Amino acid sequence: MTATIIPRAGAAHARILGVGGYRPARIVPNSELVDRIDSSDEWIQSRSGIRTRRWASPEETVAEMSIAAAGKALAHAGLDASQVGCVIVSTVTHLKQTPAIATEIAHRLGAGGGRAAAFDVSAACAGFCYGVSLASDMVRGGSAEYVLVIGVERLSDLTNLSDRGTAFIFGDGAGAVVIGPSNTPGIGPVVWGSDGSQSEAITQTIDWNDLRDDREQEFPTLKMEGQKVFRWAVWEMAKVCEQALDAAGVKAEDLDAFIPHQANMRITDAMIKALKLPPEVPVARDIAENGNTSAASIPLAMERMLESGEAVSGGTALIMGFGAGLVYAGQVITLP
Amino acid sequence: MASQEQVLEGLADIVNEIAGVPQDEVELDKSFIDDLDVDSLSMVEVVVAAEEKFEVKIPDDDVKGLKTVRDAVDYIVKAAA
Repeated sequence: MTATIIPRAGAAHARILGVGGYRPARIVPNSELVDRIDSSDEWIQSRSGIRTRRWASPEETVAEMSIAAAGKALAHAGLDASQVGCVIVSTVTHLKQTPAIATEIAHRLGAGGGRAAAFDVSAACAGFCYGVSLASDMVRGGSAEYVLVIGVERLSDLTNLSDRGTAFIFGDGAGAVVIGPSNTPGIGPVVWGSDGSQSEAITQTIDWNDLRDDREQEFPTLKMEGQKVFRWAVWEMAKVCEQALDAAGVKAEDLDAFIPHQANMRITDAMIKALKLPPEVPVARDIAENGNTSAASIPLAMERMLESGEAVSGGTALIMGFGAGLVYAGQVITLP
Repeated sequence: MASQEQVLEGLADIVNEIAGVPQDEVELDKSFIDDLDVDSLSMVEVVVAAEEKFEVKIPDDDVKGLKTVRDAVDYIVKAAA
């Protein structure tokens, strides 16, 4: 006999209730990097829009940065960690295969009294938007009332400082949001996907296996086919942005902020052009000072726009992440 | 079918719009990177605009081979034939 299973009811809607970021103390200007790649500050700025990035110290671990960002997000939301039912951490630079770093973070925060569900997601620079989608569904599905979504990276650990294509791109940091119930829709339908045929476009140079088998090999770093990624990120992702707007029934001119993953200022500028985004819509440009922080870049940029007054709480924003996989995800949100 | 002159003229307009290079400086023997200051990312923008204008496909792997204006013009003329 098939027993009747009682489903759990969730909230009618979900929204982002708070955001917080952690930026490492050490600011690294272009001038520190130019010698090894035979370059100049001007060259780096013209190709990426990046003036500085921040690199974490040994003490600014993935867990420490996450806890700091999460604490700010919880305070912004007016919530206590004990109310959090799930912690999702998106990172590609927690260099320990198992266990997930989310469990340590949940434990140290006291999330759900130290018993919150906790796991990591690996979706590179789209990881934050993947996490927002999962969290929104959890809140609406009743799996958790409040969910912490953390994007955190120490990309400096996987950067080849002699690679002219990537040495100046990456930075470190953490950004977090708390997602919970809402009376009105605050997170639009996600438009997401992957393209594994381009898995080599952004990838780690060698597997951990290769390093195990040949200790003479150089430690893995990130490598990227710049032109291929640029074309995909600008023209394919512009279409995804349009789909995310359509799915939410929001027009580009209704946006109070556009917060794309901070990959490269040139990608952002070309994407705005391809999207025909109205010039009055404020666009996140955190990359100039923070570099590309992968999963952390969107919440960090969101926090900066809210703190600087470029965007306001309750405003409508389009967030859009894209990166190694290739993977992408975008959704319209109400700003916390 | 587009002639070499037509493609050169159209390409010069694109390079002008994307990189701000005057149209008459976009000559067949000029190198995009060394002479016209069109860097690798701007080159992708030029390629995408050219694909649209001339209704051709220029795959990523072929973009690296387009060093001079002549390379691009010849490629487009052939692809559009």
